[in-house]
Amino acid sequence: MLYLYGGNLSVTPDSGEGKHMDKTVLKSLTTDGPIGPELDKAPTGIRGLDQITGGGLPRDRVTLVAGSAGAGKTLLGLEFLVAGAREYGEPGVLVSFEESEAKVTLNVRSLGFDLDELQRDGLLAVLSFRVEPSEIVAAGEFDFEPLFAILDDAIVRVGAKRVVLDTIEVLFGAFGDDSIVRSELSRLARWLEDRGVTVIVTGERGDKSLTRSGIEEYVTDCVIVLDHRVTEEISTRRLRVVKYRGSAHGTNEYPFLISARGFVVLPITSIALDYGASDERISTGIARLDHMLSGGLFRGSTLLVSGTAGTGKTSVGAHMVNSACARGEGALLVLFEESPDQYLRNMRSIGLDLRPWVDAGLLRIWAARPSAFGMETHLAALARLLEAETPSVAVLDGISSIGHGISATEATSMVARKIDLLKARQITTLITVLGHGGETSTENVSSMVDTWLLLRNVETDGERNRLLFVLKSRGTAHSNQVREFVLTSHGVELIDVYVGAAGVLAGSARLAQQATERDAEARQADELARRGRELRRSVMEREAHLVAVQDQLDAERAEIDRIDLRERHRAADTDTDRSAMGVRRWADAALGNGEQR
Amino acid sequence: MSQPRPSDDGTGTNPDPFWDLCLYVTGQSPKCLRAIENLRRACEEHLAGRYRIEVVDLLENPRLAADDQILAVPTVVRRLPAPIRKLVGDLSDTDSLLAGLQLRPSGRTAT
Repeated sequence: MLYLYGGNLSVTPDSGEGKHMDKTVLKSLTTDGPIGPELDKAPTGIRGLDQITGGGLPRDRVTLVAGSAGAGKTLLGLEFLVAGAREYGEPGVLVSFEESEAKVTLNVRSLGFDLDELQRDGLLAVLSFRVEPSEIVAAGEFDFEPLFAILDDAIVRVGAKRVVLDTIEVLFGAFGDDSIVRSELSRLARWLEDRGVTVIVTGERGDKSLTRSGIEEYVTDCVIVLDHRVTEEISTRRLRVVKYRGSAHGTNEYPFLISARGFVVLPITSIALDYGASDERISTGIARLDHMLSGGLFRGSTLLVSGTAGTGKTSVGAHMVNSACARGEGALLVLFEESPDQYLRNMRSIGLDLRPWVDAGLLRIWAARPSAFGMETHLAALARLLEAETPSVAVLDGISSIGHGISATEATSMVARKIDLLKARQITTLITVLGHGGETSTENVSSMVDTWLLLRNVETDGERNRLLFVLKSRGTAHSNQVREFVLTSHGVELIDVYVGAAGVLAGSARLAQQATERDAEARQADELARRGRELRRSVMEREAHLVAVQDQLDAERAEIDRIDLRERHRAADTDTDRSAMGVRRWADAALGNGEQR
Repeated sequence: MSQPRPSDDGTGTNPDPFWDLCLYVTGQSPKCLRAIENLRRACEEHLAGRYRIEVVDLLENPRLAADDQILAVPTVVRRLPAPIRKLVGDLSDTDSLLAGLQLRPSGRTAT
């Protein structure tokens, strides 16, 4: 019945066992807690509150819950009693000074608390006193012994460990002498503490002091203030632990809400940055984007997609949802600006049909304008969704509209809490934010995210083209290159932009440039082919010429050989002729020659 | 000191009403004993013979406190004559006791 959002407290109220919380757990929550023994605490069952207080209210002490009318004081007290009775084995007594028992019972039945049943089971006693100052005449000294007596009777009857006194402040002014009321209530507080019961008293918020009658002066162990304000027509409830003697506690103002399931406190800063970090990469659903991010997003990380209107942020989210569902993982889609049907139709136009995933139960779509029912309610509704479903991927689409009607700080804090909520659950989250094209996000959430994609429209030559940059990606080597982001009928495509002498070109300019380049290339190819052909022809010609020359050369060489041969023959013949002639003439030379021979 | 009888007031309604009073106490505390004493004395003085005082000890039956909506003691409840009036305190201040129970004609101006 009671829920903790964003916490890691290992208490399981539903188990119904164990009256006290494990103190080692408490210590780990209050790192700067007091030295010495940890204060014994009574869990309220409101997990967010137990988280802030490090385990609950001071046991056997009196806690003051102060707040203006309708701030939720009574409800907080009732949850404390009901949780005690149902989950911690600590029956309780409710003393109401404002409403009749029947009315109290009726009021909380709508929140799922059946006080009648608890009373039948002997786990709760309800006492109600209507104090009408106009009906009472002050006539001297008095005391509150009847209240002590009936409280004692009720505590014994149900074995109460918890008591709630709802707005004891009405007792002031009713009996004439407030100093007696004050001392009697102080005595009552000590008496209850001595009886070993944990007490909540509620008080009306005062102008100058915490409560109208200054109850806080003698209820000193723990003071919680509830606040309900309406800013720009959106109501916000806040809770603050003003004082907690002997214990560390969260001192911020924590938003809370009263939902159909009771009191919900949403601590933000208790997110202790201790979530695990996975090395697993999961796909964004866009292959080239995964490549730019060295293989995808880390599981459990947060991706921010910012850009001006119409840059395709939503489509990136749809791809991620689609890819998660295709892997068989659950996905949660939170729409801040569109209805589910509208979203599904729009995504079909880029070839992403998400309806089958919805039908298969993998995709849960929740559409709600946060301004419709208040920031805290929206946050709590998200938290409850995450209790019910366990998606591995969540997409928050159009989170900028969260800023409508609240201050920038509140918007940032709200987005931060949503991110923390998801991060603590290791849900990979994609958030789309309407930016102004610059490298700052309106919600100042950029520092909380792990990866930041910027989509930008560039207008050139009468057309707009989308460009995608990876501005940052923690723990990931990522591309520094800008990509052109094209929405096609089959989804998002990332295309290299043309980077050349003419600068970065995208869209038609890129296509034109590519065409020009293709033409130039074709012309160049033609030219080369022609030149090749020419050269080849030339070579062939020259080779033919070469053959002819060789032939001539060979012929001339042969001729030379023939001439030489003929010459030698002629020389030999001449010698023969000369010898013969010499013989005939008795030539000396020939004689000599003859002698020698 | 003689008081004008209620029947003499000339209004004609409830000329001689009966006074049914209930005094809630817790045990024998001095405050409670004082209250019993103060109430008895006043009644004897102003309502002799036509009053009844029931003394209820809430320590004997604490749950009557819730039923009868008694938070503080001593408390005198004037059941009759109507309307019901509640006086809280030890009644040691006679003036406020008489005014509170409307036992004195001071509340009634001459008509």
